[in-house]
Amino acid sequence: MKYSAYAMPNLPTPGNCVTINPDICTGCCRCVEVCIMDVLIPNPEKKGPPIILYPDECYYDGCCVEECRESGAITLNHPLMQRVRWKRKDTGEHFRV
Amino acid sequence: MSTFFESFSQHGESSLKWPYPIKYGEETELTTDVLVLGGGPAGCMAAISAAKRGLSVIVADKSHSKRAGGGSGVDHWVNCPNPASPVTAEEAIEWEVNSYGGYANALSRYIAARESYDTLLEIEEMGGKIRDLNDEFKGAPFRDEKTKFLYAYDYKNNITIRIWGTTFKPAMYKRCKKLGVKMLNRLLVTSLLTEDGRQGERVVGATGLNTRTGEFFIMKAKAVINCMSFAEGNWLFSSELTGLPYFHPNIICDGPAIAWNAGAEFTMMEKSSPAPAPGYQLPSYGSGNPKNTWYPATMVDAQGKIIPWVDGKGNPINDVSERTLPAEGQKYFGDRSLHPDHRYSHLVDDLETRIRNGEYMLPLYADLTDMPDHERRVIWGMMVGEEGRTKVPVYDTYTAAGFDPKKDLLQSYYMLGGEPFPGMWQHETVPYFRGRGPFASPGGLVTDWNLQTNLEGLFAAGNALYAGNYYSHAAATGRYAGRKAAEYALTSSDSVIDRDQVTAEKNRVLAPAQLKSGMDWKELRAGLCRVMQQYCGEIKNENLLNLGLIWLKDIRENILPNVYAHNPHMLGRVIESFNLLDGNELIINSCLARRASSKHLGFTRQEYQEMDPPDWHAFVTTSQKNGQITSDKLSLDYSNPISLNYERHNSDYKGYLSH
Repeated sequence: MKYSAYAMPNLPTPGNCVTINPDICTGCCRCVEVCIMDVLIPNPEKKGPPIILYPDECYYDGCCVEECRESGAITLNHPLMQRVRWKRKDTGEHFRV
Repeated sequence: MSTFFESFSQHGESSLKWPYPIKYGEETELTTDVLVLGGGPAGCMAAISAAKRGLSVIVADKSHSKRAGGGSGVDHWVNCPNPASPVTAEEAIEWEVNSYGGYANALSRYIAARESYDTLLEIEEMGGKIRDLNDEFKGAPFRDEKTKFLYAYDYKNNITIRIWGTTFKPAMYKRCKKLGVKMLNRLLVTSLLTEDGRQGERVVGATGLNTRTGEFFIMKAKAVINCMSFAEGNWLFSSELTGLPYFHPNIICDGPAIAWNAGAEFTMMEKSSPAPAPGYQLPSYGSGNPKNTWYPATMVDAQGKIIPWVDGKGNPINDVSERTLPAEGQKYFGDRSLHPDHRYSHLVDDLETRIRNGEYMLPLYADLTDMPDHERRVIWGMMVGEEGRTKVPVYDTYTAAGFDPKKDLLQSYYMLGGEPFPGMWQHETVPYFRGRGPFASPGGLVTDWNLQTNLEGLFAAGNALYAGNYYSHAAATGRYAGRKAAEYALTSSDSVIDRDQVTAEKNRVLAPAQLKSGMDWKELRAGLCRVMQQYCGEIKNENLLNLGLIWLKDIRENILPNVYAHNPHMLGRVIESFNLLDGNELIINSCLARRASSKHLGFTRQEYQEMDPPDWHAFVTTSQKNGQITSDKLSLDYSNPISLNYERHNSDYKGYLSH
């Protein structure tokens, strides 16, 4: 097992508001255009997936996902402390987002 | 690979390069008949109204108008007299006047009541979905089989219509574009321009900052409409851990700040109410509760015991269908009203005691499994799905994670004792923080029957109006203000921009971009909120409020010059924070102006123990001219006789309720 370490500042929290699948994303930047908070910026490489520059400003309305034309290219990630739970009535099993 | 650090490890230094052209110092000057500030539902409808009169129109929004202001959805159209409702426009405004002790905007609410049905039909014509055209709810008790409208909450009076709100903003945006409205996105409006650059004079335009390029905009107009919402960020800010709970993170204080600086008159800015601490809520409409979007969901305790319901007057009710009918003697349900004439059916009032006694065991759950099929489907899928921030974050995300409303009980986080709680339980939980959220009908601009403010040429609509609230009110008043601003623009003389005012504003706005280090906007904003928490909290007195002003002055003089912005996006956040400072001063000055306590306004002055004394049972207005703050009293019924006044100003308007 090879370890490595970097001098890195703490990330803003939550720091992972959306996941972009680079295999599906076409880099059209419709999500970048429509985001209310302007969280995303275009990738330095043409057609690359957008970069999440200001994840701490995301308010999770999902407009980026609504605007996306490529199914599965962008998904919203609920912050851990805000993931709601539910219980299956018949079995009593518990689940969460 | 999409986080900044992943990009940095792949692209190295080039990932630090700002992706948009930098145009600091550059100017664009535009001239238009009508300038609309804010591209939410009020702004878009105002622009559409004015453009239909053949005028040139600009809409400036700091985000993107396609989704700005309720762009992720809205589930209901409230206070809407319509063919299937027996409630008249005059009756439709009563509940709010009664519920808030007279501190309601009867004028704008009446305009909305008169025209919100017309507005809805116009949005349908643009492409918004307002009817159950696919017959998904055929036969449901809340459906009008002829019109295919679905009604909500009160199935006897039908004053609220369920709608597919995710379709609304994209439809309005498209219509604006089709009508040739110039849509300026990412343009943060920084100030209003006035005749001769003087405070209190005619408004002749506005300045703006492009938050991607840093370019400065000067917009000259014959009429300007402020649709930039209310002040919301004054007490509450968390630099981290915000996530889902922030209802309107981009509504800070921009609209009130620019109008206050120009000399516009405000009222009810002293009002505040308890608010949840930022970062501790759960997804809006995304946890089990029986209210609003989730009305009338069955609630059960941890052992499956059903929590009983009572009607609006406290009488026990048993059947689910009774929850959606007013109590004996009640007129109709009024949104969130606690007034006995208008209160919704609800869970037993002593639920908290019963939980403490162990009668109902925590946690509670929303149980849609045994509800009638039409109620389950309309709550989960229609309401939770079409309300703002429910389609993707709640409906799609929970569904993908396996939530099934036929089988599963969604947990409620109403845990008593001030623990984290979801937004719909605000009435039951009183935490430390204060705020001025959308459900508190906060203060804002005062207008006449043309929705024109005290400043000639400046109109206002939506949540920019005092005691504004609701999407339907925003859309209807926006549509009305657009009409009135167009009439004004057609007859008003050309305006002249004062170059000195422009230059001073440009220097102010761009100064933080010249600094490489100093204080960041988040620390500034947190500090400004702390001043409000400590000197303008629940209990106030003159000395405390004045200390607050001293602190704000100190921050203005000694901190502001050191706030930096590395790029135009951060510069936008800095300017918003500057606006917050101005808004805080507006609020504290408004608090000083009311020399009495008021239960209705959540306003406690230690020197004035009597609540709502008759002398002060009035609106208190605040404005500034030549830097001097003035306040006045305005009778609570100043807009009466309401119907007659409306008729006088709208004799040529043709709509559903036109006489």
